[in-house]
Amino acid sequence: MPADTEVPPVEMPPVEKPVVEMRGITIEFPGVKALANVDFTLRAGEVHTLMGENGAGKSTLIKALTGVYAIDSGTITVGGQVREFSGTADAQAAGISTVYQEVNLCTNLSVGENVMLGHEVRTAGRINWKATHREAARHLENLGVFIDTRSQLSSHSIAVQQLVAISRAMVTDSTVLVLDEPTSSLDRSEVEQLFGVIRDLRDRGVAILFVTHFLDQVYEISDRLTVLRNGTLVGEYPAAGLARGTLISLMIGRELDELDALSRSAVRPIDRDAQPVFSATDLGRKGMLEPADVSVYDGEVVGIAGLLGSGRTELVRLMYGADRPDTGSIEVRGDAAKITTPRHAIDHRIAFSSEDRRAEGIIGDLTVAENIVIGIQAKRGWLRKVGKAEQATVVAEYIAALGVRPADPNRLVRNLSGGNQQKVLLARWLATAPQLIILDEPTRGIDVGAKADIQRKVAELASQGLSVVFISSELEEVLRIAQRVIVMRDRRKIGELVSHDIEVGDLIDFIAQDHDKAETPENVA
Amino acid sequence: MTMTKPAVAPNPVASAVQKFLSRRGSWVPVFAALLILIIMFVGAQAYFGNFLTPRVISSLLLDNAYLLILAVGMTFVILTGGIDLSVGAVMAFTGMLGASLLRDGSPVTVVVPVMLLVGAALGLGVGILVQYFGVQPFIASLAAMFAARGLAFMVSLSSIRVEEPAILWLQGTRIQAAPGSWFITPTGILALLVVVIGTLVLAYTRFGRTIYAIGGNEQSARLMGLPVVRTKLLAYTISGLCAGLAGVVFTAYTGASYPLNGIGTELDTIAAVVIGGTLLTGGSGYVLGSMIGVFVYGAIKSVISFLGAEQSWTRITIGGLLLVFVVVQRVIVARSSRR
Amino acid sequence: MKTIVQHRLFWPIAALIVLIIVNTIARPSFISITVQNGQLYGPLIDILRNSAPLMLVALGMTLVIATRGIDLSVGAIMAVSGAVALTIIQGSSDPNGLGTVLIAIVAGVLVALVLGVWNGFLVSVVGIQPIIATLVLMLAGRGIALLITGGFITTINSEPYRFMAQGYVFGFPFALYVSVAAVVVVSLIERRTALGVLTEAVGINPEASRLAGVRSRGIIWAAYAVSGLLAGLAGILYSSNIMAADANAAGLYIELDAILAVVLGGTSLMGGKFSLAGTVVGVFTIQTLKSTITFLGVPPAVSPLFLAIVVVIVVLVQSQRLRDVSNRISQSLRNRRANSEVAS
Repeated sequence: MPADTEVPPVEMPPVEKPVVEMRGITIEFPGVKALANVDFTLRAGEVHTLMGENGAGKSTLIKALTGVYAIDSGTITVGGQVREFSGTADAQAAGISTVYQEVNLCTNLSVGENVMLGHEVRTAGRINWKATHREAARHLENLGVFIDTRSQLSSHSIAVQQLVAISRAMVTDSTVLVLDEPTSSLDRSEVEQLFGVIRDLRDRGVAILFVTHFLDQVYEISDRLTVLRNGTLVGEYPAAGLARGTLISLMIGRELDELDALSRSAVRPIDRDAQPVFSATDLGRKGMLEPADVSVYDGEVVGIAGLLGSGRTELVRLMYGADRPDTGSIEVRGDAAKITTPRHAIDHRIAFSSEDRRAEGIIGDLTVAENIVIGIQAKRGWLRKVGKAEQATVVAEYIAALGVRPADPNRLVRNLSGGNQQKVLLARWLATAPQLIILDEPTRGIDVGAKADIQRKVAELASQGLSVVFISSELEEVLRIAQRVIVMRDRRKIGELVSHDIEVGDLIDFIAQDHDKAETPENVA
Repeated sequence: MTMTKPAVAPNPVASAVQKFLSRRGSWVPVFAALLILIIMFVGAQAYFGNFLTPRVISSLLLDNAYLLILAVGMTFVILTGGIDLSVGAVMAFTGMLGASLLRDGSPVTVVVPVMLLVGAALGLGVGILVQYFGVQPFIASLAAMFAARGLAFMVSLSSIRVEEPAILWLQGTRIQAAPGSWFITPTGILALLVVVIGTLVLAYTRFGRTIYAIGGNEQSARLMGLPVVRTKLLAYTISGLCAGLAGVVFTAYTGASYPLNGIGTELDTIAAVVIGGTLLTGGSGYVLGSMIGVFVYGAIKSVISFLGAEQSWTRITIGGLLLVFVVVQRVIVARSSRR
Repeated sequence: MKTIVQHRLFWPIAALIVLIIVNTIARPSFISITVQNGQLYGPLIDILRNSAPLMLVALGMTLVIATRGIDLSVGAIMAVSGAVALTIIQGSSDPNGLGTVLIAIVAGVLVALVLGVWNGFLVSVVGIQPIIATLVLMLAGRGIALLITGGFITTINSEPYRFMAQGYVFGFPFALYVSVAAVVVVSLIERRTALGVLTEAVGINPEASRLAGVRSRGIIWAAYAVSGLLAGLAGILYSSNIMAADANAAGLYIELDAILAVVLGGTSLMGGKFSLAGTVVGVFTIQTLKSTITFLGVPPAVSPLFLAIVVVIVVLVQSQRLRDVSNRISQSLRNRRANSEVAS
């Protein structure tokens, strides 16, 4: 069903000489091949979107083009000349400008100054502010932006700041404009304005490389698409001819056979008439998530599926109190519960394993044992220390149960591989004997063996009565493990499906289909 | 949202205020400081009756010229998000060095540049530690403070009188600045000159604008292709240079050099700069604001001496005022980041 | 052999030993200990006694640094606690009475504790940068101390009070016992309870700790409170040594000495894992260094210069060492990862 067989062979007539040609790009990091022999072509006067899930290699390719990373092999040709970038300044000199998601400007300075920083108009050695602001205003107006150039950048929305960043790129006469996830924080009207500017620049001959994970926007703005998966090139396609479902299949791809060996989660009877372990109504937060309902029953595994950026993590963070919700109410086993901080959640025996295990999960300089025990310890408070004997028992039990390798409780966690770090985190939470555990992308970026171990463990725990909420970008994984799947797209919940009825293709179609557009929210951004 | 079309302002007053705030938002803390200064003057005049005299006001500049110079240098450093705790000790050391060189017969035309150079060199040292070795600014400058203090004592354990007429002229001369008993000294003029130069550099040179950019977001400044390393080094060098100049001025002020000079002066300087509206996190602030901060400090000192109270109250009041400003800054930052 | 060299405490202890050896070579009397009236005397004993205030302050500083903070106000707090204690004794009708002295000491330490709690409040609740928050007290604290003493250097004549810094118990200086007791108590609290590990977690990864349910606010607050308390005790010792409350000189620059001791002992300024034992070694090293400088005939006023040089060297070495260490670790990580990828 998910096919790389259904896409018609692409015949791209060579329109004109491409502005950027990347051939055979390979970039390796310790233990990981981020890009393997990837080709990429960017033509003048087009909007070209780079697509792929997490770990596909999108950001690595962009960083190679913008001079942040050095390439291990391959060539980059810009404007007909082969280039070697040893830093971002080289890329900028070659005419490549980048606008990052966080808009790397100085918000404490004025708009005009940001546009012209480093290129201010000077008379007799000193900056001529009047002329500088006039120049800046001119560049902004070229993009249809009329704002007070003397106002502080921080007084404007992110959308406007991005436009300022784009004008800055035009000050230096860039031929290539790279836009890295520019719409993540914009609302509908701001996106439209941005797209207007992009189309305008395109028509003037600028080559635009666009990265986004919002499916609708991809189709709205792109002329052509390049899809990456697992560091390799899947293909280059004209946007017009590619069906959504096909695109998603291309990005996600087939699952490895080894994981197919894990049989589908048994159609275990879940008592959905009894009180749910956890039930949230209208849980939401402005700018993060549209209000949504979630409920989880005893012994149930609820999967949350959707593409990157669809709001899955935002939803579970609100459930756990990692972020404070604006709206909604929560009930735990029928009793009203206030969950606005992690401590509240922990007191209700809810556990949460973050998707960013490096920044929000492991405490790198502490040992495996200390990392495992800290969940229990935090719950108990500082006075009652978990004794050495108790710690040794608990730690040994979980190292064995989850297969942590090397099985050394005194090793510093930062020296473990990703898969084993994830197991340590899982151990931390399981040791607190929760009634509900939320796992955000627990199998991302880890080796296949560890992946299988974790999936097996989750299924086992659920069958013993633990309730699980499981997020994964790999749809097959979600369907395999979960009884019920909540589907998210573009920061809102678009539906729920019972997993054993459907295949991955159905799920893809569900995500891809046009859902009720009449209620497009204004403030999802 | 004034974006695609020039917006039509519905309410002229509100939009004028908003325009002012969006353009000159970072001036607000400076105005707050000015307000405090005015309130202090008015209050003191009301209480004492003879506070706002030309003599007293002129003395404000005379007595605090050294602090003004230090504050200008400190402003540069704090704007980049750093800090320099060594300025008081460097001032003392360059003062001792200068006094001893003068005593040994070196001509003043050599001694003064040497003092400035030594100060600049120490500042550059701090900058190198911060920029190339990744040492936190406060540790690096704390070490420099200790080094300078030790060096000051190495020159001499006791004070050295200065008899060089050129130096004494700096402080001793009273120039009639305006009719009445308004007067100003060459040291005062020097301090004001430093303020003017500092203001112009920050507002009208690429170097100055890079300083603000670094303070706003160092990584962005780097990505924008600005010469971040060079600029930061220069900022610390300027701070050291100002400390050297302050050494000259302070020596002139007291007519001697004393190795224990300037203990705690760095804190006074930082307090003056912060009270003057410069954010400690960097990227926002003005030399003129620091000047106001110095006058606030001086006014507090004057008021306390008028009251006949112990001088220790000066430090307490400054500490309290600093706290208030920092808390308010924090609240404002917290509120704007939540938006 | 390798495990010994790689132990965290190896370099600090080695440095201390080298320092002692150098001193002994230069003046053999360095390690001589004489007994008079059942009391021990000698340069080594002096170091043990004189290091007590720094030991107390450095212990507190270790905890604060572990939470990624800093406490610049410890010297000022010392001045305040000394001022409080001496003012009470001076104003009492029985300056030699044990009861009076005890009340005075308790009062001084309590006031110091309050100041520490104040610092903790500014940092953990209001969210002010630790440097600035403690800078405020550093500025204002000495002024407050001066106010308490009425602007004078209060002097007293009180035998029980003098005993704190100048008395002997079982041949050893009483101050040494205070020092040892503090080290023992703090170590017990940090390591017997979970406070130590939780503090380290907060310093290493504040966000992960928060998500794991650790009460970071309370831990950070406690660190500053303890720092204040210990500084208060140090202030009592200091004023007992000179039998006076000198608001300007008490604990002058002790902040840098303490930070240096902590850093020498292997605790990183970035926060996280800390070593109380390392701090102890660091304190002795600094005290020995000061003794060396004095012996060399360098006026004490100039000694800050040498300390500054040491700070710079230590910081440079640490940054270099950190770089090498991290290189080595990432190298082994690379090998291990490659192996695991191949194996599975």
